[in-house]
Amino acid sequence: MDQTPTTTSEINTNNSTRKKRGVPEGTWIQCPSCKKTVFRKEVEKRLNVCTECGFHLYVSAKQRISQVLDEGTFEEWDADLVSVDPLGFSDSRSYKERLVAEQKKTGLKDAVVTGSGMIRARRVAIGVTDSGFIMGSMGSVVGEKLTRLVEKATERNLPLIIISGSGGGARMHEGILSLMQMAKVSAALAKFHEANGLFISVLTNPTMGGVAASFASLGDVILAEPRALIGFAGPRTIKATIRIELPDEFQTSEFLLKHGFIDRIVHRERLKSEIATVIDYCGK
Amino acid sequence: MTMDYLSFEQPIADLQSELDALTKAEVTTPELAEQIRQLRQKLTQTTREIYDNLTPWQIVQVARHKNRPYTTDYLAMVFREFVELHGDRKFGDDRALRVGFARLDEQKVLVLGHQKGRDFKERSQNFFGCAHPEGYRKVMAKMKLAAKFGLPIITFIDTPGAYPGIGAEERGQAQVIAENMFEMSRLPTPIICVVIGEGGSGGALGIGVGDRVAMLQYSYYSVISPEGCAGILWKSHEYAPKAADCLKFTSKDLKGFGIVDDVIEEPLGGAHRDHQHMAATLRSYLKKNLKELLTVPVATLLERRYEKFRRMGQFLELPAAQTTAPT
Repeated sequence: MDQTPTTTSEINTNNSTRKKRGVPEGTWIQCPSCKKTVFRKEVEKRLNVCTECGFHLYVSAKQRISQVLDEGTFEEWDADLVSVDPLGFSDSRSYKERLVAEQKKTGLKDAVVTGSGMIRARRVAIGVTDSGFIMGSMGSVVGEKLTRLVEKATERNLPLIIISGSGGGARMHEGILSLMQMAKVSAALAKFHEANGLFISVLTNPTMGGVAASFASLGDVILAEPRALIGFAGPRTIKATIRIELPDEFQTSEFLLKHGFIDRIVHRERLKSEIATVIDYCGK
Repeated sequence: MTMDYLSFEQPIADLQSELDALTKAEVTTPELAEQIRQLRQKLTQTTREIYDNLTPWQIVQVARHKNRPYTTDYLAMVFREFVELHGDRKFGDDRALRVGFARLDEQKVLVLGHQKGRDFKERSQNFFGCAHPEGYRKVMAKMKLAAKFGLPIITFIDTPGAYPGIGAEERGQAQVIAENMFEMSRLPTPIICVVIGEGGSGGALGIGVGDRVAMLQYSYYSVISPEGCAGILWKSHEYAPKAADCLKFTSKDLKGFGIVDDVIEEPLGGAHRDHQHMAATLRSYLKKNLKELLTVPVATLLERRYEKFRRMGQFLELPAAQTTAPT
């Protein structure tokens, strides 16, 4: 993890072992949104944005860091935290086995990478969740790493950036301990806020459940990538409860913007410069 | 009150009806009195045996029991008066969350809690205790009011979860829960939270950050409902009992994980069997803890509250030497 890839092509070579998520191997790929077949290299050149419809495809935490930070400036923090299995949880496979499989698949120890780096020569504290690792869900490790990140940002008076991607919310395999991470990180953010810290929260596809209902919604400024799925309850749960069809654009970035819950929708190619602009205005 | 028995309570139901028949007899003989005495003893023993060995899924049934005391029952039984405060001044007055001033003996407090509703009409109005964003905003506004005027806060948690619906999403369900935890962690007044029935995920935690967090013995507090977990993992709600075993969400489990400070004992056979008894126990718990918390300086209180949640979680920190850079 200390080796930070610097170009997108390099990152995608690292990524080629992934099965479930991400850009599949091969010269051509199918966009999950418009279903058109697009030239893989062109998509990669545009930071994994579909060349046909502009859909923002998955990027790993490591890719994201290289997209947002100045080259070679990332220093990782708390890389040695690993999940345990406090509940002895098991469904089709045990949580322990699942963790090992996800670690192999992603090359990550858990679903978040945290550390410090520069954005346009401004030092920031940054955390990025990876929705490829158990759906980017938050268990004890994610909660602890983010809390330490917030605490360090408070101590060092750094602007804080958290880029969220989580379809899973609070990780059910760690039960109540996962739920409490929401309170833990939120409490750390409240202290950071009291210390006048600047927190920029970036929402990417998908940001749901306990992640949306904690740190992701607590930014001083909240940015979102276009057409990301963002919400509290999953669309399937809502459908099952109210038994009517959900409106178009429901729980998308555009829906949230319209209803007043995010500040700006930002294309991935402009994300870095927009973050820099916000830091500039807030004088940090 | 007529008792609705849960399926695993059948032996209790049988003994009770036997007892009811005997006590109805017009003539009392010494033999009959002795028979009744023995039957009463057996009833107590059987109830104890069943309740000492409840499975997690059975605990969920008890926590959801329709005769279980709800927030408004405790408001009436535990406090001397209750002055309800309505509305979030932005959108509406969510009936799934109730809040107001109350007196615990002489102590003035702010009390709030989820309210499921006893009959169908009330349940529909209250969305079965599933609050909307306006509910969370309402209680937050009143909690800030309480903090401003130095009133301690007591919260009763009893919800299957925050409401999953179109309006709830439009009005920022995720954001209000996040904001409530954020604000509650710094409110400069003592806060006691008690899970009285169902502690359903974010909807529970949205009023669940405090200096003391307690659970009634047969309540549960979980990251996801057993049905929701079963639906995700085994694609069917039928596996809810199995999910309940996996999730480790009983009061005993949570005490073990260091998530709750105290488990408040319920009367024999659960709170639904004896509301007054339950209310009395809860009342003395609240009084004792409030008294303690009111002696703590606010700065210390906030620091301890932070540390309490800060410690939650289990993980392993590998020595740096053992760490290899993954490729």
